[in-house]
Amino acid sequence: MADYDVVVVGAGPAGSMTAKWAAKNGARVLIIEKRQEIGSPVRCGEGISRSWLDSVGIKLDSKSVARQVKGAKIVAPNGTPFYLSEDMAGDEVGLVIERIFFDKLLAKDAVKAGADLQLKTSAVNLLKKGDKVTGVKVKSFGETRDISCGCVVGADGYESQVGRWAGINTNLAPRDITSCFQYRLTNIKHDPDYCEFTLGSKAPGGYIWIFPKDEETANVGIGMQLTKLKDPADVKKHLDRFIQADPRLKKGKALEMVSGAVSICAPIDRTVGDGILLVGDAARQIDPITGGGISNSCKAGKVAGEVLAKASRERNFSVDSLRRYENGWRDLLENHLYRNWMAKEKLVTLSDDTFNKVIATLNEVGVERMSTIAILKAIEKRHPDLVKEFQDLLG
Amino acid sequence: MDELLDEFEVDITRCMHCGACVGSCPVNAIFLNEVLLVFNDDCTMCKRCIKVCPVGAIKIMGDK
Repeated sequence: MADYDVVVVGAGPAGSMTAKWAAKNGARVLIIEKRQEIGSPVRCGEGISRSWLDSVGIKLDSKSVARQVKGAKIVAPNGTPFYLSEDMAGDEVGLVIERIFFDKLLAKDAVKAGADLQLKTSAVNLLKKGDKVTGVKVKSFGETRDISCGCVVGADGYESQVGRWAGINTNLAPRDITSCFQYRLTNIKHDPDYCEFTLGSKAPGGYIWIFPKDEETANVGIGMQLTKLKDPADVKKHLDRFIQADPRLKKGKALEMVSGAVSICAPIDRTVGDGILLVGDAARQIDPITGGGISNSCKAGKVAGEVLAKASRERNFSVDSLRRYENGWRDLLENHLYRNWMAKEKLVTLSDDTFNKVIATLNEVGVERMSTIAILKAIEKRHPDLVKEFQDLLG
Repeated sequence: MDELLDEFEVDITRCMHCGACVGSCPVNAIFLNEVLLVFNDDCTMCKRCIKVCPVGAIKIMGDK
């Protein structure tokens, strides 16, 4: 008998949710995490919406929430803001969380559901019989050992190794990669009630965000499309320039620096194989417009956990069995991801002048909710020429 | 290829160990061990890692 039904590699939101729902439904689950602390160091802007939390069974504790915001503020290149209240901003915004506590909360939920958890334990390779994955080779405190299991879950984030080892193609085209840098700035005079997004050439192919942590502190970060980068450290330079030019921010001091990359690709072809399943950033489930991955990771993680529990009961971790996860997460997320990827492909081509007109138009006509389609339809009413290129999305 | 790899230089005073280069590498030639970036000889010198690095920590020796 295998050591475990399921070994989850990575204790981020995707991994812990998968483990929780698998263990809760009877599977024998181990989570391994290469770091010495869950949730640290942070690699995240920490802005999430709250609408989806109930559906995946997350009850936030007070430590996990830094701030509730009233909505989002989208800022045109010329500085004109457009305000979206939280009910309109929908899936995009609502809470600024503390990942160091949030990730621990989800890991605690997984442990409470019955999962084992081992820190400072790195996956270094997969065990295989032919193409079938039969376990994982790990290193921890100087020891290397083999752990056998029915299914290995790759929840190992942007830099995922597990999928590649299993022969699943998770490669990204340069246009589908965003490079990011962020400061947690204190001593600033931002609007503490809104998550702010600045569009246009200040952050080519991406945006600059200000997500409030408290009255004088915020996560101030930038994401830029890889194809728009010219010199080394361009990302940090663009953010530094923005901060210096903004009178609210320029006296700010950094409490923390964060760097990283996110995928902004269309859904990938395959996320399961015999004895292997990918979830979260490792499965490239990030929203291509916002770069946000937590809600999708948790939604996909719940589906993964439930399918893995069934697979454990049936003692069947074949690709056909795990395809129930593939179909399940695609039913929930695929259309949205694909539509937002198409919209992103257009958005990265827009000039500052066009962004200025779009924001001006939104202020004139308003939008009912923060969805790509709703915004495009609102703009179409006044300036059909601006959305000509998006006709295929409007249908 | 080993000769080429010797030419990569990681500036540890800049590197944030974030893994942006690792996930962007098209041939999985970079491995991040929390504090150490290791390049292997699958590297094709596409230099995407240099471009994606948010803090400019990777460079080719001799380039400024």
